[in-house]
Amino acid sequence: MSWILAIGFLVLAPLLGGLLEGADRVLCARMQGRQGPPLLQPFYDMFKLIQKQSVVVNNVQDVLVCGFLIFVVFAGLLFFWGGDILLVFFALTLAEIFFIMSSCSANSPYSSMGAQRELLQNMAYEPMILLTAIGFYLAANTFNVNEIAVASVPAIVYLPGIFIGYVFILVIKFRKSPFDLSTSHHAHQEMVRGLTTELSGNVLAIVSLAEWYENILLISILGLFFLNGTLWSVLAAVLGCGIAYFVVVLADNVFPRVKWDAMIKSTWIVTLVAGGINLMIMELLTR
Amino acid sequence: MKVSKSPWMLHYDGSSCNGCDIEVLACTMPRYDVERFGVINTGNPKHADILLITGGINAQNKPVVEQIYSQMPQPKVVVAVGICACNGGVFKDCYNILGGVDTVLPVDIYVPGCAAKPEAIIDGVIQAVALLDEKRKSVREDKKEAGQ
Repeated sequence: MSWILAIGFLVLAPLLGGLLEGADRVLCARMQGRQGPPLLQPFYDMFKLIQKQSVVVNNVQDVLVCGFLIFVVFAGLLFFWGGDILLVFFALTLAEIFFIMSSCSANSPYSSMGAQRELLQNMAYEPMILLTAIGFYLAANTFNVNEIAVASVPAIVYLPGIFIGYVFILVIKFRKSPFDLSTSHHAHQEMVRGLTTELSGNVLAIVSLAEWYENILLISILGLFFLNGTLWSVLAAVLGCGIAYFVVVLADNVFPRVKWDAMIKSTWIVTLVAGGINLMIMELLTR
Repeated sequence: MKVSKSPWMLHYDGSSCNGCDIEVLACTMPRYDVERFGVINTGNPKHADILLITGGINAQNKPVVEQIYSQMPQPKVVVAVGICACNGGVFKDCYNILGGVDTVLPVDIYVPGCAAKPEAIIDGVIQAVALLDEKRKSVREDKKEAGQ
């Protein structure tokens, strides 16, 4: 069963990820009073990028970008196979580091500025990611995803604060807000797209493919909060993820000009308040 | 799948009076919403398919325009927006103006007007998009010939 899920992720995640981005772009446009692009626009972009000429700056960069894709896919496979959630998060961070290294390798000021901002962004959201893993452990007494998914009580009952904190960092992880982070999806102009400044053609296509995998993995981790092994919990997970995604898009459109320093302050405050208090109460109750 | 389904646009302001620039930005706003054709206003020449230039070319921005053009991957299209970009316009005889964009780059589409209307700009972009597919074809044929 777990193997089927893992293979399903490998095959379906690019399709779902592309559709998710398309829906996101249409939703954003509607919130701004525009008509917006077609739903399949991300796929058109992907096929265009594959057909374009690829200007290679250096070979190391391409290898590192491939490393980004491979480790994102590895993290996703591990999650759907039912592996250790800590390892999933570590693999995801490693993938991110590959991506940062790739932009460091290019001899361009915007690329390295993008890499530095990406590191700041990592610094902001990593504590919350770690708290999420610890929260799952305290709720289900295990780090294994397949055991968390069939726990008698869904994790969100124990972890409402951590759930809120996780949704908060999703805004950063989906590259929405703050607008001046590298490769933010806003206006495509800030920092000349930071990490991807020196990427073009099919290498850029690999980056967006990896982002589709990553987004589906992140939203699946959100779904894990609702699962308890029954069918209705799967429905609740899908519904919960949908609502959370809508809230993320709405938050991004309501606060379109959040800057990176505001991100660091607010993310750590939310992590400490929502995540920390939740963990303390859990500790008191389970003692 | 056609290249023209997702034209990413790079806007460069030469020595424009900003009239055309405001109209270009108006195209991306809710009333005209050029994103419905998949157009993204990118800031990076390496991601761009269409180079949209407003204003004439002067001695100072000539190397800039040339460098931006050379950094764009094939296939690429150049659109000159406004009469200044087409042939220099009212600034044509100024001592510092070299002329329209076609004095330094091969311009594919000319969009006249002072300032160019958003409808005209979108029309020019759509024609540029159609040209992208043709260029893609010719790049492929060149590759095939080189392969043989």
